[in-house]
Amino acid sequence: MNLLLAALIGLLTACGVFLLLRARTFSVALGLMLLSYAVNLLLLASGRLVLQQPPVLEAGRAHFADPIPQALVLTAIVIGFGMTAFLIVLALRARAVLGSDHVDGVEPGPSGSASPGETPARG
Amino acid sequence: MNHGLILPILLPFIAGIALLLLGETPSVRWRLDPRRLSLSSVALLLPVALLLLARASTGTYATYALGHWPAPFGILLVLDRCSALLLLLVALVALAALLHALATGSDRRGRWFHALFQFQLMGLNGAFLAGDLFNLFVFFEILLIASYGLLLHGGGAARLRAGLHYVILNLAGSALFLIAIATLYGTTGALNFADLAQRIATAPTETAGLLRAGALLLLVVFGLKAAILPLYCWLPAAYASSSAPVAALFALLTKVGVYAILRITTLLFGSDAGPAAQVLAPWLLPLGLTTLLAGALGMLASAELRRLLAYGVIVSIGTLLIGLGLDSSAGLGAALVYLVHTTLIGAGMFLLADLIAAQRGHLDHRPAAPLVQPALLGGLFLAGAIAMAGLPPLSGFFGKLLLLRAATDSATLPWIWGGILGSGLLVIIALSRSGSALFWLPATAATVNTASAPIRQWLPAAALLAAAPLLILFGQPLLDFATATAQQLREPAGYIHAVLGDPAVATVVLP
Repeated sequence: MNLLLAALIGLLTACGVFLLLRARTFSVALGLMLLSYAVNLLLLASGRLVLQQPPVLEAGRAHFADPIPQALVLTAIVIGFGMTAFLIVLALRARAVLGSDHVDGVEPGPSGSASPGETPARG
Repeated sequence: MNHGLILPILLPFIAGIALLLLGETPSVRWRLDPRRLSLSSVALLLPVALLLLARASTGTYATYALGHWPAPFGILLVLDRCSALLLLLVALVALAALLHALATGSDRRGRWFHALFQFQLMGLNGAFLAGDLFNLFVFFEILLIASYGLLLHGGGAARLRAGLHYVILNLAGSALFLIAIATLYGTTGALNFADLAQRIATAPTETAGLLRAGALLLLVVFGLKAAILPLYCWLPAAYASSSAPVAALFALLTKVGVYAILRITTLLFGSDAGPAAQVLAPWLLPLGLTTLLAGALGMLASAELRRLLAYGVIVSIGTLLIGLGLDSSAGLGAALVYLVHTTLIGAGMFLLADLIAAQRGHLDHRPAAPLVQPALLGGLFLAGAIAMAGLPPLSGFFGKLLLLRAATDSATLPWIWGGILGSGLLVIIALSRSGSALFWLPATAATVNTASAPIRQWLPAAALLAAAPLLILFGQPLLDFATATAQQLREPAGYIHAVLGDPAVATVVLP
């Protein structure tokens, strides 16, 4: 279970970072979303994986689920959701005003001023 | 329990919500002008900040537990000398920036300026008062999302381009912040600064690696906000393209990063932090020196005043980091004196640049329309430039002199003296070139604006720049306060005791 969770967090982070480093705003937004999923899982895991235990402190109770990471994850989800929504609106606006969905706002031209690895005419 | 401690957060919060509900046009039904409401909220912040400063200057810690939850469990606000000083700076800069925005009408160029402004203040004040790592994150997010809106205020392609970079970088930074929080919480089981400091100090040595990783991740995150060397590339474009009052307020945003670095290096990862002791300290001095150099070179390379001032912010961050990196009370005190100076002067210069741009038409170093008030604006620019460059007799000199003196018995003396004095020379060259170009180049025939700026437009900038002589005149009280603050910061035991009380608090052990 621990191994599965760790592998999942690692996979999500790797995909997120890969997409984040792309030059198109859509990929970047997707990458940030994947990264925030990975971070949320990591936050949850920071309280250790505990199954079928109540998230309360009681005198004499030896096993319990840590409630704080759950509260943290809730907050992080809400904040991440708001920020992602804002980023998507901003990306759409930039696409409309600047006429390009490149993160620099301009298509990398033949002079190669911005990110030479990206071909200009991609879907 | 004293409820005054939460006022710096509640005041802008309530004003911001009221501004959202009222809408943007003066309400006939409630006889309320939103601009006046916004101004009163900011004006009220100033006496609140002064009262809190008076309270903190006795040397005691004030804590406020929301909902009366006891310390390590609930949300806690902590006020010490350092946070009180920064609250006062926020109130001063915010008041000047808002007066400037109202006088020049730049708040009308986009929507919801005032509500965003209030939420920005709420985030700033909250970040300075937060007593635990997660609420620091939450207030960071509040001030960031307000700053996204403010940065884009007024619209335009340049702002969108700079805004997109700024938002993406900060979202990635937030993810890193959460990873750092999860690492530290997973290792120690605490988030409250005092509790965390105690547990890091007594952590078993096999967790040292995780603690160090968490600490360095935090340095990366705060370095991104503070615009430290490899992470500063977003700043010049963002600050140069935002509107003037927003840029003035943003002069505080980078200081939040510095404040957070200061807090974690002194409280969490100080000399008695067990396996993670002094994990950040060796990084600060080299990072500060290189940031200083990069900022000075950037100033030299700028061909536009706003961009030059933005690089000036980076220079000030580098100087502050050197003060922190000295790891002595004298260095920390010098950095705090410099912090007050650079925040006020930097914000004042951004406001002044807006006035110059209104009369010249642009801020590029090439001929433009003649200035209507060359003596007034030139005089203010001269004063601000002397202060920024750190020449006597104005305040920048005082801060730098203290830093140089603090470095005298350090082994890194040649680096620090060379860095500070060398970058000072570059800054002088850049500013004198910019001033000559802006004020002395022959004017073009075109006139942009023949009306001179009324006093209500230039007074906010002049008031902020008046800090330059005032900080010298009141140098001794300022230095005493800064030294006391530095000593308080370097004794984390006092903070821990004030927050947790007796060490025999119920501790939760992770299963």
